[in-house]
Amino acid sequence: MGSNDSRVLVIGVGNEIRGDDEVGLRVASGVRERLPHQCNSVEESGEGARLMELWKSSQVTILVDAVKSGAEHGHIHRYEAHNSPLPASMFHYSTHAFGVPQAIELARVMNQLPQRLIVYGIEGKCFDEGAAMSLVVERAVRKVVELITFEVSQHQPLTSTTHQ
Amino acid sequence: MPASRTIDVDALARVEGEGALNLKIQGRKVTDAKLRIYEPPRFFEAFLRGRHFTEAPDITARICGICPIAYQMSAVHAMENACGVQVKGSLRDLRRLIYCGEWIESHALHIYMLHAPDFLGYDNVLQIARDNPQIVQRGLRLKKIGNALVSLLGGREIHPINVRVGGFYKVPTKDEIAPIVEELKWARKAAEETVRWVAGFKFPDFEQDYEYVALRHPDEYPFNEGRLVSSSGLDIAVNDYEDNFIEEHVAHSNALHGHMKNGGAYITGPMARFNLNFDKLSSSAQKAARQAGLKPTCRNPFKSIIARSVETLHACDEALRIIKQYTPPLEPAVQIHPHGGTGYGCTEAPRGILYHRYTIDDNGIILNAKIVPPTSQNQSGIEEDLKHFVEENIRLSTDKLTWQCEQLIRNYDPCISCATHYLKLKIERE
Repeated sequence: MGSNDSRVLVIGVGNEIRGDDEVGLRVASGVRERLPHQCNSVEESGEGARLMELWKSSQVTILVDAVKSGAEHGHIHRYEAHNSPLPASMFHYSTHAFGVPQAIELARVMNQLPQRLIVYGIEGKCFDEGAAMSLVVERAVRKVVELITFEVSQHQPLTSTTHQ
Repeated sequence: MPASRTIDVDALARVEGEGALNLKIQGRKVTDAKLRIYEPPRFFEAFLRGRHFTEAPDITARICGICPIAYQMSAVHAMENACGVQVKGSLRDLRRLIYCGEWIESHALHIYMLHAPDFLGYDNVLQIARDNPQIVQRGLRLKKIGNALVSLLGGREIHPINVRVGGFYKVPTKDEIAPIVEELKWARKAAEETVRWVAGFKFPDFEQDYEYVALRHPDEYPFNEGRLVSSSGLDIAVNDYEDNFIEEHVAHSNALHGHMKNGGAYITGPMARFNLNFDKLSSSAQKAARQAGLKPTCRNPFKSIIARSVETLHACDEALRIIKQYTPPLEPAVQIHPHGGTGYGCTEAPRGILYHRYTIDDNGIILNAKIVPPTSQNQSGIEEDLKHFVEENIRLSTDKLTWQCEQLIRNYDPCISCATHYLKLKIERE
């Protein structure tokens, strides 16, 4: 994404061989199918330095990842991370010691956050290696694709905090 | 100091993966030190059975998001060994080049984001960034350059897809490689600054009589090839690894523990490589190490951060050397036809030696596989370190002792994800 790209950046984070951890990747590709030109949608593993590099030149970034907080499976969390830190304990399904929450906070300290950084977290059910995505999480993926498509088309991110 | 104390640390941060450590102390003695790895086994060796030999690099790359190149390199060397093929020339150089990228990105991550806060009295890198953002920026840019090298040759930064048995699917032209040269020149200066920076840290006074194990090659600092040597004089071919080292199940861990066959623990990784291969480092890396006061044989594990920084400088020098003399190969890979047999591969992952052994049939189907990651091999050594460190520092306050135990574990940059996932530290004093 070049520095002159004013489109919304959509980053899907995940691992396609660990069950519901794939949600971010599925959402990113879903958004790209719906809006091939209106946004820049990429799939990432969630490595922190890479995320910081990606969103450095973006005004509006929407990031999607799997979470495990104890909420109902398939629950959709939405955070305005440019305003306040993420609950780091929710975003630990990563092999990275320097992952999504750490990258956001480091970017905040170093003034390298986008003007708006919206984070969607989808509550996963099963993160086993080789597992298929849970049906309830599949439904949440479709819902988040719709929500992000709407946000991108409006170019004015929504402000509500959760969607069921 | 009370006769009995209990120290609980619920989660040790800044390590890759999840596990737990329990220390029991009675009086001045540590009666038990267990690194517990409780993430379920991942069965990669079983996944590989029945798959075609050409699939091993892509399957094993999935074991780790930090060091996928190491898994790919050990896999391709083992498969080529089974098929009686040696990859030479510029294809071999490109393999060293992509390994340089992985060392740079992995070492920069550990030095700046995970380990440096320990020496500076910070809880995490955010505090360094608040006080010295330019230092963290230097680490991030170094890491980015390592990632760029991996991406250039591997097709993408994480879980690269361009490495194959025999070489690569596609090799870069000289023009495609050229843009990274200026970045690497910046990186080698940044790496020199990194060595000077970490050399100024205060290191706990702690030394042990370690058995260091690393690859050694007659002409180069080891990445992909060499004999396995140790500080006590072991000198064996890679295919003799299992005659000299064993892995065993222990009740408290889902990861296997590595030992020498004579029963002793051993250490692999940057300090082992540095101590056993100092003469093969680039001249500027040797000079930087000497100026930092690091010379072989260093037995203080806390100084591994200096060894890691020296290796980062060496990786920059080596990458620039390879690029300067690079001529693209005529073909991106050597054609390899399988025939039944067993192949062995051992390469130097950022954290230490990574051993693969495969048996394939005449159709190239994998009949069995064995993978020994560096963190499994270092686990016993880490436990012994903790035992001795705590006994030598028993008078430290509980907080200080706990802090330094966590720091000590991070000396080894454990990638528990390779063997597992999350480290919790618990010290009990009775």
